[in-house]
Amino acid sequence: MKNEFHIIVSNLNVFYGREQALKDINVKIPDKKITAIIGPSGCGKSTLLKSFNRLIDMTEGVRVSGKILVDGENILDPKAEVTHIRKKMGLLSQNPYPLPMSIYDNVAYGPRLHGIKDKRKLDEIVEHYLKETSLWSEVKNRLRSPASKLSIGQQQRLCLARGLAVKPVIILGDEPTSALDPKSSQAIEEKFIKLKDEYTIVIVTHILRQAKRLADYVIFLYLGQLIEHGNASDIFENPKMEMTKDYIKGTIS
Amino acid sequence: MDKRKIEENFFKTIMIASSLIILFTLIFILVSIIIRGLPAMNLEMITRTPEGGYYLGKEGGVLNAIAGSLYLGIGSTFLAIIVSLPVVLYFNVYAKKRSKLVSAVRFSLDILWGVPSIVYGAFGFIIMLFFGLKTSLLGGIVTVALMIIPIMTRAMDEVIRMIPSELLEASYALGATRFETAFKVVTRQALPGILTALLIAFGRGIGDAASVLFTTGFSDNIPHSLLQPAATLPLAIFFQLGTPYPEVQQRAYASAFILICIILVVSFVSRILTKKLSKYVVK
Repeated sequence: MKNEFHIIVSNLNVFYGREQALKDINVKIPDKKITAIIGPSGCGKSTLLKSFNRLIDMTEGVRVSGKILVDGENILDPKAEVTHIRKKMGLLSQNPYPLPMSIYDNVAYGPRLHGIKDKRKLDEIVEHYLKETSLWSEVKNRLRSPASKLSIGQQQRLCLARGLAVKPVIILGDEPTSALDPKSSQAIEEKFIKLKDEYTIVIVTHILRQAKRLADYVIFLYLGQLIEHGNASDIFENPKMEMTKDYIKGTIS
Repeated sequence: MDKRKIEENFFKTIMIASSLIILFTLIFILVSIIIRGLPAMNLEMITRTPEGGYYLGKEGGVLNAIAGSLYLGIGSTFLAIIVSLPVVLYFNVYAKKRSKLVSAVRFSLDILWGVPSIVYGAFGFIIMLFFGLKTSLLGGIVTVALMIIPIMTRAMDEVIRMIPSELLEASYALGATRFETAFKVVTRQALPGILTALLIAFGRGIGDAASVLFTTGFSDNIPHSLLQPAATLPLAIFFQLGTPYPEVQQRAYASAFILICIILVVSFVSRILTKKLSKYVVK
């Protein structure tokens, strides 16, 4: 039987230079559910998210200690293979960043990196994931045109398709709808709800209503500390901590 | 009129005037070269090499110098890319942001950029002596490449630095290594800028006289191997202008016109290419 928790974080500390961005975080992220990381800006939400796929390594002067177990493997182990870890996780960033190539090549980029060369197989993959993100009907006649020509909302869905095409098991979203118009945001949210049957989803959001709409599980961070975590209904209706209450009421932000 | 409006108009006039100076400089150079070179402009200039007594006003053309300059310009640009591209990719994809090596190399490049070309010529000559090489196309290509590497590298560096780190992260997040990201994403995104850098370097390389004086030498024949000396257009202009004969001096202006035409054609082609290649660039 599969473990109930997909990502287990224990004693995670992250420093940027002398500043400590995350303080002794211990949390378990449930499998095939949507987990929302909430909290005011600068509280370490994105840092926590970026620790999961080790993109945090790219930041200058960063020090990380503790353990993050994904499917039982400690991804912070220096011997862990980074490209393998990242392949397991699709990332959706705040602003969509399509790669400087065609729509087709954007989706095929990941699969090609991981060794798929057969043209027919790539065609299938591209079509499948563009359909999965409801982009196929909009772009099927211009697969060879530049991805940057798409609207922002379409670009974000393309980024999702691109991320899914490497067959991840986890989807990470760093405020994935904050640059989008309401309609495109809704499209992304609907996708997430559909995708959680197959994937573990972790999103960072500063929109409380979005967290309420989507999340099954909520992690509340404040100034690098984990204040409270638990099922979404408990956090939103009966928060235990004063600080969580205040944040949800809107008195601190 | 109030003071701020006068100020506004005053500075606007200065700005437009300065911009016009640049435009008119080019037009003035072109017109004066064309007028002075016109009597010598004929097909013979670009289809024949100098015959005996050419520099006294007898028959021939500067095909030797055209060929030599093209070989030199293309060869040195190619050689320079081989060094410049890995350097900028190292700077911007591999190295840490505050790497001491990177800032030392960037600083060196800025100084090397300012080193006069005659110094490169002398330096190239010393290297050639060391390897027992005579004045030759090869010596010139290596010397000019050394001279244009700083220009090319810094020009590419400035473009690649502007690429947002999120774009690189998007590639890493899909499981790409730094190498894959550098060659599949960074070079594509920076392609128009890389092309511009090549063009600037090529223009500088093909137009320089001092660096090729001791290294490439001069010859009335089109070089058939890298080890033969070669004529170049800047030196052809210099030698022809130095004669006391008006008809040879006219040929110098015609040669200058040919050199400018080469640079214009290359700029034009690369502009069209840039437009085509920037199709996929993410803005």
